[in-house]
Amino acid sequence: MVPLSWYLLLSAFLFASGVAGFLIRRNIITIFMSIELMLNGVNLAFIAFATVRHSLNGNVFVFFVMVVAAAEAAVGLAIIIAVYRTRETLNVDRVNLLKL
Amino acid sequence: MMPVATTFFFYFLSIIAVVSAIVVITRKSPVHSALALITTLLSLAGLYLMLYAPFVAAVQIVLYAGGIMVLFLFVIMLVNLEKAQLEERFNKQWQVALIAVLTLGALLIFIFEKGRSVFPQTVTNFPENTNTQVIGLLLYRDYLMPFELASLLLLVAIVGAVVMAKKRV
Amino acid sequence: MDVLTTPLTAFSQYFSKSDYVLALPMILLTVFALGILMIDLMLPEEWKRLNALTALIGLGFSAAAVFRIHSLLGPEVSCIPGFFGTVVMDRFAVYFFYLFLVGAAVAVLMSVKYLEIERENHGEYYALILFSVIGMMAMACGYDIIMLFIGLELMALSTYVLVGFLRRDQRSNEAALKYLILGAFSSGIFAYGLSLFYGLTGSTNLGTIAQGLEKRISANPNDPVVIFALLAVSTGLLFKIAAVPFHQWAPDAYEGAPTAITGFMSVAVKSAAWALLLRMFLFGFYPLRALYVPMLIFVALATLTGGNLAAITQTNTKRLLAYSSIAHVGYMLLGLIASDGTSNTTGIKGIMFYLLVYTFMNLGAFAVIASLRRREIIGDDLDDLAGLYKKAPVEAVLMLIFLLSLAGIPPLAGFYGKYFIFLSLVETGHFALAGIAVLYAVVGLYYYLKMANAMFMREETTAEPVKSSPSMSLALAICAIGTIGIGLFPNVFIELVNWSMSGANAATIAQLMH
Repeated sequence: MVPLSWYLLLSAFLFASGVAGFLIRRNIITIFMSIELMLNGVNLAFIAFATVRHSLNGNVFVFFVMVVAAAEAAVGLAIIIAVYRTRETLNVDRVNLLKL
Repeated sequence: MMPVATTFFFYFLSIIAVVSAIVVITRKSPVHSALALITTLLSLAGLYLMLYAPFVAAVQIVLYAGGIMVLFLFVIMLVNLEKAQLEERFNKQWQVALIAVLTLGALLIFIFEKGRSVFPQTVTNFPENTNTQVIGLLLYRDYLMPFELASLLLLVAIVGAVVMAKKRV
Repeated sequence: MDVLTTPLTAFSQYFSKSDYVLALPMILLTVFALGILMIDLMLPEEWKRLNALTALIGLGFSAAAVFRIHSLLGPEVSCIPGFFGTVVMDRFAVYFFYLFLVGAAVAVLMSVKYLEIERENHGEYYALILFSVIGMMAMACGYDIIMLFIGLELMALSTYVLVGFLRRDQRSNEAALKYLILGAFSSGIFAYGLSLFYGLTGSTNLGTIAQGLEKRISANPNDPVVIFALLAVSTGLLFKIAAVPFHQWAPDAYEGAPTAITGFMSVAVKSAAWALLLRMFLFGFYPLRALYVPMLIFVALATLTGGNLAAITQTNTKRLLAYSSIAHVGYMLLGLIASDGTSNTTGIKGIMFYLLVYTFMNLGAFAVIASLRRREIIGDDLDDLAGLYKKAPVEAVLMLIFLLSLAGIPPLAGFYGKYFIFLSLVETGHFALAGIAVLYAVVGLYYYLKMANAMFMREETTAEPVKSSPSMSLALAICAIGTIGIGLFPNVFIELVNWSMSGANAATIAQLMH
């Protein structure tokens, strides 16, 4: 049997690579995909914990995370289209009317 | 019941997940990233099956791989790809960011090695045949309120997407 | 699995009458939000402002439903659990419900004229405000991490769209994009922390999580997994209240959003984030207090420093008020450092009182800025305030009142907000922190007076007159009455805060839930 900590390490890897993609990439669509990777790391952790804890509450949380991911993706991509319409670029470094 | 969750399958699926996750964040073309992300999602669905969560695995394929990723591909199609291809792949602080993330990864490994005793370790058998019924009960009884709120969340997503993406509301 | 075999005999097994009463404020808001979406289709262009009226009626009905819950929470009932422990309606939650409803109502009043000038007068705007209030309510009354998470996302998602509602304005949709990307990122970190807490305790219920953590922390006070989980969840929460170093989104989102939404975000959305933070730290993570206080001290000092110093150099009034609102979060964090909600409650009461006061004075300041929006003039530059006293003396004097209140000058309401925070710091012996906080209050006075100086001393730059609309006047009147009223009669409101904190401690609620 595969011990739980291996699943946790895989989930941590997915989460960390999502964070990495979020921090290093410039293309907004890829940044969104990195966020999806992070959320999938979270989901794997929930399912693994739910199995060892013998409670399905973790599985239920995963559904809600999926709903949130879907909703965020839909709105986010719509906003991307709105931004693209007003300035024709998807590079985050060029979306800089507001100074940081 | 014979366990299907053999170590081989775990290695196989997790290597696919790891490799395709790296591809997602390093490829230049968003289409390649999207395809790699679908691969990650499918291999995760396999891992959910190994963790005795068949319903989540099915939803993962239908909703994530089938729904969200199609949305991504549509948007990639709508916006001008040639221009995106010409632009730099990584931003200026990518070295700093990479070091930060490697530290985070090392920290996570350290924590889970340290915390091995914290969680119960063995992934044991789980009643699989009633999985979907129990989840249904949980959703409609114990988590009725969050479930209803989730429907509002999806409505907000629909309204928001229409407001933002349409030329004239 | 016995539930599987029993037939579905009675609906009451799933949904009781008290559940209905508890959900009624949210149900009413849903009904009215859906109503707005449908009525909007039938309204001709010149009648669109009726949508605001529908929204206000919905908020009013919801307030009546909250008042019904309020009256049920008598002296011997300190909380009503519902929905199988996912919802706990205590006085703490009811207090925040009132704050959200007032903030949303004033924001709706501020929006009517503003949207007409921007030519984006659509019903969806008001519906989204109501939806975000539903999410806030879920954050205030949730007692289960699933409920809290979904409430947070419902609020956040509605707000992202509202920030980008002026689609033709580059600044607006850029602000929405930045806000959404950083918001989704922080939600991911928050969810990862929640998954670790679930793994540590095997439950999604805050009370059970607290019990599990108590055992875990008594076995090993420096458990690395617990520390990491706490860090991840706190990162998500501190991001939502815009504390330094997780504040970068706030000035951008505040500047780009429609001014009415900036006001709404700075009060109602912020109160909701605080309700969630207090609910989690006081009811779920109270066994970890020794771990989170040092972290909060660092964050509070960074927030006070970052917010106040950055505000000095701003030339855009919306950005300036954004940094000032970050600084205010620093003061409120000091209240949480001083007080744990059981042995000393002054700090928590201070935070709740501060949020009440802040609702009126900050919305008032943004209402004045929104009223400066005319044809061709955006009105959010410091120069746009120049000579306001000559053009619109009423607005200028009101703005001065709001600014002085934000700075904490007695006898205005803002003074009492700071007073309770400082009192709690002194009571618990944090003299150094109290000293630093007073010092930064003086820095704050400088940039608020800089705005006042522009209004009263400088010559006007444009001759375009400032015309107020009836709804904007009403919004300004509510804010002014709130700011001055709380300052003159603080005892009434202190009573309200005392009521909301009585019986609202983790132990009693955990007892009632099981």
